[in-house]
Amino acid sequence: MNDMTLLERDVDTKNIKIAANNVQVYYGDTHAIKDVNVQIEDKTVTAFIGPSGCGKSTFLRCLNRMNDTIDICRVEGDILLDGEDIYDPKVDPVQLRAKVGMVFQKPNPFPKSIYDNIAYGPRIHGLARNKAELDDIVEKSLRRGAIWDEVKDRLDAPGTGLSGGQQQRLCIARAVATEPEVLLMDEPCSALDPIATAQVEELIDELRQNYSVVIVTHSMQQAARVSQKTAFFHLGNLVEFGETGHIFTNPEDPRTESYITGRIG
Amino acid sequence: MPTLWLVVLLFALAAVGFVLGRSRALATAGGDARALHSLPTYYGLNVALSALVPALGVLAIWVLAQPILIETRVSGMIPDELIPEGTTRGLVMSDVRRVADGLDEAVRQGSLTKSEADNLRSDATDVRARLGEVGVALGSDVRPEVLTAAQQFRRMTTTGNIAMIVVIGMLAAGGLAFAYTRTNKDFRARNVVEQGVLALLILAASLAILTTVGIVLSMLFETLNFFKLHPWTDFFFGSTWAPNFRGDSELSILPLLWGTLYISFLALLVAVPIGLFAAIYLSEYANRHTRAFAKPLLEILAGIPTIVYGLFALLTVGPALVKVFGRGEDGLLGVDWMTGATSVLTAGVVMGIMLIPFVSSLSDDIINAVPQAMRDGSLGLGATKSETVRQVVLPAALPGIVGAVLLAASRAIGETMIVVMGAGAIAKFSLNPLESMTTITTRIVSQLTGDTDFASPETLVAFALGLTLFVLTLGLNVLALYIVRTYREQYE
Amino acid sequence: MTETSQSTENGRKPHGGSLMTLSKRTARRNAAEKRFQIYGIAAIAVGLLMLIILVSTIVSRGVGAYSQTFVTLQVELLESKLDKSGTRDLEKIKKVSTFGYAPLIKNAFSVKLEELGIQSELSAKEQAAILSKSAPAQLRDYVIANPDKIGETIEFRFLANGRVDGYMKGRVSRESIANDKSINAEQLDFVDILVVNDVIEKTFNLDFITGADASDQRPEAAGMGVSMIGSLFMMLVVLALALPIGVAASIYLEEFAPQNWLTDVIEVNISNLAAVPSIVFGILGLAVFINYMHLPTSAPLVGGLVLTLMTLPTIIISTRASLKSVPPSIRDAALGVGASKMQAVFHHVLPLAAPGILTGTIIGLAQALGETAPLLLIGMVGFIASNAPDSLASGLMSPNSAMPAQIYEWAKRADPAFYERAWGGIIILLVFLITMNTVAVILRRRFERRW
Repeated sequence: MNDMTLLERDVDTKNIKIAANNVQVYYGDTHAIKDVNVQIEDKTVTAFIGPSGCGKSTFLRCLNRMNDTIDICRVEGDILLDGEDIYDPKVDPVQLRAKVGMVFQKPNPFPKSIYDNIAYGPRIHGLARNKAELDDIVEKSLRRGAIWDEVKDRLDAPGTGLSGGQQQRLCIARAVATEPEVLLMDEPCSALDPIATAQVEELIDELRQNYSVVIVTHSMQQAARVSQKTAFFHLGNLVEFGETGHIFTNPEDPRTESYITGRIG
Repeated sequence: MPTLWLVVLLFALAAVGFVLGRSRALATAGGDARALHSLPTYYGLNVALSALVPALGVLAIWVLAQPILIETRVSGMIPDELIPEGTTRGLVMSDVRRVADGLDEAVRQGSLTKSEADNLRSDATDVRARLGEVGVALGSDVRPEVLTAAQQFRRMTTTGNIAMIVVIGMLAAGGLAFAYTRTNKDFRARNVVEQGVLALLILAASLAILTTVGIVLSMLFETLNFFKLHPWTDFFFGSTWAPNFRGDSELSILPLLWGTLYISFLALLVAVPIGLFAAIYLSEYANRHTRAFAKPLLEILAGIPTIVYGLFALLTVGPALVKVFGRGEDGLLGVDWMTGATSVLTAGVVMGIMLIPFVSSLSDDIINAVPQAMRDGSLGLGATKSETVRQVVLPAALPGIVGAVLLAASRAIGETMIVVMGAGAIAKFSLNPLESMTTITTRIVSQLTGDTDFASPETLVAFALGLTLFVLTLGLNVLALYIVRTYREQYE
Repeated sequence: MTETSQSTENGRKPHGGSLMTLSKRTARRNAAEKRFQIYGIAAIAVGLLMLIILVSTIVSRGVGAYSQTFVTLQVELLESKLDKSGTRDLEKIKKVSTFGYAPLIKNAFSVKLEELGIQSELSAKEQAAILSKSAPAQLRDYVIANPDKIGETIEFRFLANGRVDGYMKGRVSRESIANDKSINAEQLDFVDILVVNDVIEKTFNLDFITGADASDQRPEAAGMGVSMIGSLFMMLVVLALALPIGVAASIYLEEFAPQNWLTDVIEVNISNLAAVPSIVFGILGLAVFINYMHLPTSAPLVGGLVLTLMTLPTIIISTRASLKSVPPSIRDAALGVGASKMQAVFHHVLPLAAPGILTGTIIGLAQALGETAPLLLIGMVGFIASNAPDSLASGLMSPNSAMPAQIYEWAKRADPAFYERAWGGIIILLVFLITMNTVAVILRRRFERRW
């Protein structure tokens, strides 16, 4: 329970956007996530770190029910978004995912034009009443994705023709276009070169103004650079959660310390 | 069959060669196999293959070439003025062959002696009656020049066969002796044998090319013959298909092509939506059990022989359609639009059923090749599964699916039994799917079955049709395979 | 739904509504989702339904071919008619044609009716017409096989006429024969009486499976046996040629072929040959094997050669796949202990790939077994082979039919009794195909290795 004391300090400063209580995830017979409790704040970047296979990505995918697409996956416990249980039978995952957007490890632009890539979300959710509004959303999203200047002259070009870093920013812009409240990012820079990574990290920092961002990352440096809160996962357990600076300089749990100093993972 | 015995003899010789080669190699090494360069078996194999392979190769060429050589020589013996009006050299030559076969048969049955057969004179003997006695029926009396040619034909064939046996025998013996003398303990038998085997492997692989060349050449020659007898403009640009025996047939491919394309179009109209939706459901929605159950069952449809579909069209689907669209007052709809069981609709529907698994399993593969990341991206934005499929997966898979549909179309165009039994025999341009129409493949079958006369345009037109069909399906296949391959490379 | 309207108002929070309430748009999208899924299920259902209809049609219409109506009569083999000389000399007995046997059969009917005490207004000829047209020939064959029975009275089972057989099976009714010259309603009444008295009975028809085809007039005597043998000989040819050539070609392409244009040409060739319409192979066979090489028309050898060319690409493609699935480490291991490349392939790779090759070959054979179109062009239809071939050479060279060609032949004939035979023939054909495919599946399951 000593995690909680750490948390309480921050609760009064920001709103809690997502609260996970006693979350268990099973893949068939494997117990992948064990009893995780975490509270994610609004307008904050929260980083999930930990060695490969520790369950951080799995847990991330629970937050917008992407795990529903895997047949053998089973989730127990509560995950509350603005106080509402997202695993309630009344909740339609489609509606949930519109609120909780996601960006994936590998840039995955659709084989369509840049414009259509961005407009895809707004179209399926009916966010624009006419072409002018849609144009507006596309421009705004591309600007937020910090890629507008690079693509504004070739919106009809296929999204797959962009460079890796551009593709990933396009995917972020695409996620932003549906006006989510939370943005989940699953190792968004792992397929990018250092320059593209720097651009995306800068972008993440800007996104913090409007969204609650959760980022899974392999790189501790990246977590230290972009996040305000950090959660350390190990073997399916949430070992430690707190202020990023605190975790990196003064970890409470010996496992966290071992990981940060490079002895495990 | 002297050839068959010759082959048996060659194999026997090879077996002897194996034993000889092996023992000689061991003998040179003083009975110690370790002193040999290669394993003893290889020395045996070397001798055996040296005896067998060149001899068999020459034999194959000989068997193919001898008939042409003899034909041209004998054919050259018949002067132009002796070829009667209204027939061709080819027809006279087929008479010559029949008489020659008849003489062979007579000698075999003992009704003629060998010298009698060689010295028969058509003015002295009623050759037709003599041959009739041994069961060889001839259409007309044998003219002297035909008989002479036939006797010459027999003489040359006999000489040729004897020469073949001698040459092949010497070749085999020579090969054996050569390899045998080369056998000693330092001879690199394994390397030589492996070279030989490799050559055989290459030969087998080139058979594919040989088949294609054979297909193209056999059809091309007869097609050229056809265009000598019949204007090519009528074949490609005429409007009527009406073969007859008066010599003024109209043989245009266009009405047949229309029937073929119409039926194929209907078949695709049935197969593509059903196959595609089945593939989408199986790859995107179905759980493992449904997939394991439904996929093989659907694929059974593809394994059923086309004769079964043909029978199904002729005896089940056709009559059922007549019940609905025909019979006037007695029919289900009370209309009289359909008179016979054979129609474009009958053939189209049944062919469509046959193509369902073809389309579905090809599309299934292609849809599965679309990366999961693409689906995740769409679902992560809050799209439903069907939105993901329609707006992301299908557009991404489109080139591949187009390829699959083209392959199915090529299948439909080349399909024979279903249209032979279900489509009818009337060549015409019509849009009514309830009428009988005919296709390229049905006409090929009808022009080439029964008594075929390779000198008449009515028979030869089948080769022109076949060549067109070959070019058409080949074009579609090459295009489809190209599209599918480029599509796959995109996601690899 | 106030939230939605409000959200579009300010544009800032489009999904501001509670997760617990389903927005109208989501409901609509979910409905579309349901519809889409239903289309998919419907497509599969249609496909499976077609399969069920096809199979049930085949079974329901074909099963009749396996039972046959027989008429059992006591026939007195009069010496005065069959062997006037009384010497039992077979040559002399053979001189008596089938016309000589017809009176014996007519006689047998009148004896039977007398014995049962039945009065019939039908003439003796009309009575005998309920038997197959081959009945006298049947009797003659029996007598020639058993000359010592002449003079005795034997019990003999005659094939009933096709129409009578159809009547017994419910295919022919009194209405349907109104315009039929070969049988009339009185004869059917006569049949009814004989059925009651156990003279006519319907039993299992082994002759359909073992017998030969029969002429247009005698559907009741037609069988699949001889065409089955024709198919068997064709498959022997295919197996003997396609398997070694296919395996050799695959080994070359997979293991030895250098990367050059010639290899590319061969590969493109093979994949295209696999998709060439089968009828084109028929044209090739007609032009090359029959017209050019003068091999005999209708011979299983020619059919086998044509089917070999057609099956080769299939076998090559599957053989290459199974060679490819043998991991390179096996080759490396063999080369590492000093084997030559040829030895590595023949000693190690080929045995490991054998189950896959065998599976592919069986599937290729099954495909060849069901193929009809090319056989039409080389004359394997329209020929009635009455006897099974007696040796390998005559099996290969003498005219014969093949199962699918025989089925096609029956389907073309006018008498509906032949349709029943055609469906029945399909059952046999499918039994062969199912067996072959099952063997292939079992082989694959049992011997397939996961590397």
